[in-house]
Amino acid sequence: MITGKRAAGAAILLLAALPVFGQAPGYKAPLAANGHPDLNGIWQVLGTANWDIQPHSAGPGLFPQLGAVGAVPGGQGVVEGDEIPYQPWALAKKKENYEKRWTDDPEIKCYLPGVPRATYMPFPFQIVQTPTLILIAYEYANGARIVYMDSKDEAPADYWMGWSRGRWEGDTLVVDVTSFNDKTWFDRAGNFHSDALHVIERYTRTGPDTLYYEATIEDPKVFTRSWKMSMPLYRRLEKNVRVLEFNCPEFTEELMYGQFRKKSQ
Amino acid sequence: MNKGFVISSRALALVTMVAALVPRPVAGQTSTVSAAAAQTNGNLPRTSDGKPDLQGVFFYGTLTPMQRPHELAEKAFFTNDEEVAAYEKHLRETDPQVSESARPKNVCASCPEKDDGVTDPDIVFAGGNSFNVFWQDKGTHIVRDWRTSLVSNPPDGKIPPMTPEAKKVAADRIARRRGQASAEDLGVAIRCLFRPEAGGPPMVPFPYNSYVQIFQTPGQVVIYNEMIHRARIVPLDGRPHLPQSIRDYSGDSIGHWEGETLVVDTTNFKDENVAGADRNLHLTERFTPIDAATIHYEFTVDDPTAFTKSWSVSNYLTKTDDKVYEYACHEGSDVAVILNGARIVEKKLAEEAAKKNEQK
Repeated sequence: MITGKRAAGAAILLLAALPVFGQAPGYKAPLAANGHPDLNGIWQVLGTANWDIQPHSAGPGLFPQLGAVGAVPGGQGVVEGDEIPYQPWALAKKKENYEKRWTDDPEIKCYLPGVPRATYMPFPFQIVQTPTLILIAYEYANGARIVYMDSKDEAPADYWMGWSRGRWEGDTLVVDVTSFNDKTWFDRAGNFHSDALHVIERYTRTGPDTLYYEATIEDPKVFTRSWKMSMPLYRRLEKNVRVLEFNCPEFTEELMYGQFRKKSQ
Repeated sequence: MNKGFVISSRALALVTMVAALVPRPVAGQTSTVSAAAAQTNGNLPRTSDGKPDLQGVFFYGTLTPMQRPHELAEKAFFTNDEEVAAYEKHLRETDPQVSESARPKNVCASCPEKDDGVTDPDIVFAGGNSFNVFWQDKGTHIVRDWRTSLVSNPPDGKIPPMTPEAKKVAADRIARRRGQASAEDLGVAIRCLFRPEAGGPPMVPFPYNSYVQIFQTPGQVVIYNEMIHRARIVPLDGRPHLPQSIRDYSGDSIGHWEGETLVVDTTNFKDENVAGADRNLHLTERFTPIDAATIHYEFTVDDPTAFTKSWSVSNYLTKTDDKVYEYACHEGSDVAVILNGARIVEKKLAEEAAKKNEQK
């Protein structure tokens, strides 16, 4: 018995010590005050996951008059194994979403993007790390969420950005996110989930200015098994760089409310 | 999740909360700013860099009105428990949240035929006989220093007169709000862009969601207001403000410590700010911890194009075990309903007018 436990413990230690993709050999992250890696800073993704988390070719945009400006850049995708294990009905729904992507993507209306999408929106976000709480503040839609560390508190309701509880596994911040609504998409290509979504995020420092981000996606109402996406995040290094406002409700008003505008007499 | 439900979860939590959250004032407690600062003692919690630890969730709602009520014109502070108890009772009895008889009747911003003189849709929303009165959460006491208004300067407890230009802007804004011709006319709060009379900056008590969470990491403070989920990240490293060409609704905040007081300086605002302040608003907020559960919060509005002189507010942030929840404002927006309703009313009025003409 004792031997078994010890072996299991050793295995966990070994797992925790395994280098994350892209991690420089022997890299040791600077530590925050409470002895865990310091994730503070302004981070941003590179790549086109927000267009489509799966591999996709470049293509035209919706508005021909925008030419190259409105076109969709290609990308190699961020989903491990490339395929998303949709249940048959859900695959049909995803295809339908794709057809309606220029009207139905919640991003068009500036709705809070949910998790993990908030991470790979083409905007910076800032991690504010204290020993007991981590705040993640996103430029897109001025979104924010609090990660309660080592907390057992349950979500009192469903949220666009979910309910986040974190813990450290070795040098990796693991955030367990639950209590989502079913109104957000994973990308502009119509990849979606239900309100049963459960996301397990892993943030690992891989160098002075890089984080590796992994998100395991579980949703028994939509997928046949859990699946994973991953990507590097980069520190914004510009002098005096700040997370500004992208207060986008303003930019959706004509689209959403233009039909109710008073006609000039 | 619409905002109504977010509030409900808070209301539920409130039911279980004891009414004694706000500490009662110490008898004979003096109430000036310097006195509050003088109460600061060396035993306050500190962060690893030795600065006062301001972290936590705080409630800043209060029964104290923003400006000194007419009947208290000569009285800047209450002076004894009896006065305070009587005044709190009076406020509760005249509060539509608590007292049925205090609720205005027939208040409808978009019903011209029932106009009762209430001009500001926000006032109707906040204080009126609205659908959402039951979950409001204004606090149960006046401020702990017994001041009779939140405005502490000028000494009369009133926001100084606006400049003629600012008055014109404000009147135009109210007219546009009444007209409800388009989303842009409804004001930044209803449009879910910014809450100049709530989370701000500055933080002004509102009938609900007057909660802020403060985070500190080396070199920065984060002021995260539930209204409307904008985390204000305040660098304390001596960097300058952003260029004036960058304007955000919540402005650009930088800060520094003056002894035990965190001073936050905010500029680069857009046009629609607290009490009619404009884009030239220069806001100074001062956070002074006075005990482990209380921060004295003062702000000064300096905006020469909007007000004839600068003015200040004094309030308290009281630590609570409650949480700051997601406030998905735009996602549950009423703008479509408001505008659609206004168009329906207009159509009906036009039809009625046409019918009257036919009868003539």
